[in-house]
Amino acid sequence: MTGTGRERQHLTELWGNLMSSATDELEILTTQDYKYGFVTDVESDSAPPGLSEDIVRFISAKKNEPEFLLEWRLKAYRNWLEMKEPAWHNVHYSPIDYQSIVYYSAPKSKKDGPKSLEEVDPELLATYEKLGIPLNEQAALAGVAVDAVFDSVSVATTFKDKLSEMGVIFCSFSEAVENHPNLIQKYLGTVVPPTDNFFAALNSAVFSDGSFCYIPKGVRCPMELSTYFRINAANTGQFERTLIVADEGAYVSYLEGCTAPMRDENQLHAAVVELVALDNSQIKYSTVQNWYPGDKDGKGGIYNFVTKRGKCQGVNSKISWTQVETGSAITWKYPSCVLIGDNSVGEFYSVAVTNNRQQADTGTKMIHIGKNTSSTIISKGISAGYGQNAYRGLVKIQKGAEGARNFSQCDSMLMGDKCGAHTFPYLEVKNPTAQVEHEATTSKIGEDQIFYLNQRGITTEDAISMIVNGFCKEVFRELPMEFAVEAQKLLGVSLEGSVG
Amino acid sequence: MLEVRNLSVRADGKDILNGINLSIHRGEVHAIMGPNGSGKSTLAQVLAGREGYEITDGEVAYEGENLFDLDPEERAQAGIFLAFQYPVEIPGVSNLYFLRAALNAIRKTKGQDPMDAIDFLELAKKKMANLEMDSTMIERSVNAGFSGGEKKRNEIFQMSILEPKLAILDETDSGLDIDALKLVSHGVNKLRDPDRAMVVVTHYQRLLNYIVPDFVHVLAGGHIVKSGDKNLALELEEKGYGWIEEAEPTK
Ligand SMILES: Nc1ncnc2c1ncn2[C@@H]1O[C@H](COP(=O)(O)OP(=O)(O)OP(=O)(O)O)[C@@H](O)[C@H]1O
Ligand SMILES: [Mg+2]
Repeated sequence: MTGTGRERQHLTELWGNLMSSATDELEILTTQDYKYGFVTDVESDSAPPGLSEDIVRFISAKKNEPEFLLEWRLKAYRNWLEMKEPAWHNVHYSPIDYQSIVYYSAPKSKKDGPKSLEEVDPELLATYEKLGIPLNEQAALAGVAVDAVFDSVSVATTFKDKLSEMGVIFCSFSEAVENHPNLIQKYLGTVVPPTDNFFAALNSAVFSDGSFCYIPKGVRCPMELSTYFRINAANTGQFERTLIVADEGAYVSYLEGCTAPMRDENQLHAAVVELVALDNSQIKYSTVQNWYPGDKDGKGGIYNFVTKRGKCQGVNSKISWTQVETGSAITWKYPSCVLIGDNSVGEFYSVAVTNNRQQADTGTKMIHIGKNTSSTIISKGISAGYGQNAYRGLVKIQKGAEGARNFSQCDSMLMGDKCGAHTFPYLEVKNPTAQVEHEATTSKIGEDQIFYLNQRGITTEDAISMIVNGFCKEVFRELPMEFAVEAQKLLGVSLEGSVG
Repeated sequence: MLEVRNLSVRADGKDILNGINLSIHRGEVHAIMGPNGSGKSTLAQVLAGREGYEITDGEVAYEGENLFDLDPEERAQAGIFLAFQYPVEIPGVSNLYFLRAALNAIRKTKGQDPMDAIDFLELAKKKMANLEMDSTMIERSVNAGFSGGEKKRNEIFQMSILEPKLAILDETDSGLDIDALKLVSHGVNKLRDPDRAMVVVTHYQRLLNYIVPDFVHVLAGGHIVKSGDKNLALELEEKGYGWIEEAEPTK
């Protein structure tokens, strides 16, 4: 019964069914460009716009934070004041007025924050339901625990009790600060220090919530952990932090999803994600990013300026980033791996789609420090309309990294002739035993490919989605099944109307 | 089934087809021969609905309908199949997934339920065995890295799954070794059916020993310059095209 042939047949069928439902879905979706663009009507508790030490203190006080954290924030804030917004990336936008942004907005609740799902505002539950993320544990996707972050705060976390039986901590960042301050103090900022860059410093000063996961020694987390980020309030920035620690021999797969209402103004999302992998542990981090991309002419949309980094601290540890970036007006992010432990492994699998006026500058950094460390980079950029897509990657092999290996492959696909693809691979090798390989291709989606599929009875819409999905296959197969299907749908929708 | 009347086609300002007349009925096999560049592939592509060709004159009726009213996928769904002279590679899309999507698109227009993956796999394995294709081909990306002969065999495999009403085979024999030629011909012959018509474009009389045509047409300079039965192919083999190229177009 468990023969691989049988299993594969079953998978093939599942996959096939999912794919065909994806095509049906496409028909429904194409009539409504961005289906997550609605606004939830909840009363919110917000700080006045603008940034100052007082606002930093206000946020910290709202969360009853311990002294060390307030000090940490203030230090980050003072650093930020001295820093300049980076301008080296290949994206263009009008200057952001940091004094017009609201740095804290939370749906109003009578108590200090919901303690159980029953106490969550039904309006919020309905919002997540509508986004396809039921928070009710009976209805929830089996095998996925969700932390739901709404504007600046976490509103619910599912399956918390079940996980805690195994010693897995999965909760909102605020709760972790309250209940596990030692872990927070030990790991916060150890991968992305508050001085790392302009947006990381800003985040460190004003972050309001996010998710925290700790997987204890030797535990294989029994379900996918996931955070679903939703920006709702207008003129609000979302600054969340995620911290994931896999202790020795632990394993966790973590998923992140995001959407926002359609608004004419740009909104800033400046998150920080830190991953720590100790000896023999593994963290798999997957993102399907679908923030509102702005309209066809580039009005509105999210500025997604995110710092994500993982530290393979222990020997034989492994961190894999998989990302599918279809949303946002501007995406600027480089999920990276610092490979300190000997034999540690870093992976980066990315699909970035830019259509209409979207811009993406994304890639990774693989820093090889330990011996026999290895890294793999697979990047697929798809540009349509006037979209601009840049891959920027750094592979750095330090002196002590005997026997380090890297393989990079960057493929770009162009749809139409008004879009652009750019590749900026940087390489620094300080150890002569290193083996580094880089491959890059650029292709145009072929009319002859589309015609070939048409000639077999397949519509142009389905043909494009098939060709593009084929192009992205090496990345999609790294995603958990539910996410892979979601990603395929998104790709179809994002590229709607871009050929023919 | 297919009535081509006075069809004239231009591409990039160049007249390629100049008044083609062709009448094809159910159950018939027509061979089209002719020198390189005479317009055989153009005719096949125009019938399948390829963009980039300007129809300057004439009309084509397929089962009583104006063929040019149909999009390429509608023609395929209505039973027209083209085995490409140069099959296209589609990296990352498995033959299995692609062909099942194609079959189910066609089944849908016939009002049939989609075939599930397990039944489909069974069907595909059977058809592949007939063509002595390696069964791992089904999991590979469409035509990607296939040898020339494997691509041609894959076209006939697709035809055997999709069971078209009108099959147009553009030089399916080119690039096949002798054994493969027999196998592929055998595969094609299995699909010969009183309800199905075939148009076989070829340069070699040898193919027509295996797939015996009811009619042979010679295309030259964008005209059909001569039509006949299978003996015409033998004659061509012997004399080449020179003796008829100057001849008047047939009506
Ligand atoms: N899109 C196009 N634009 C310009 N010229 C074209 C186009 N398509 C075909 N032609 C030209 O039309 C002529 C007929 O081409 P076609 O491919 O139909 O010939 P063929 O009979 O199939 O030849 P072969 O036996 O070599 O396959 C050639 O001269 C070709 O260069
Ligand atoms: Mg030809």
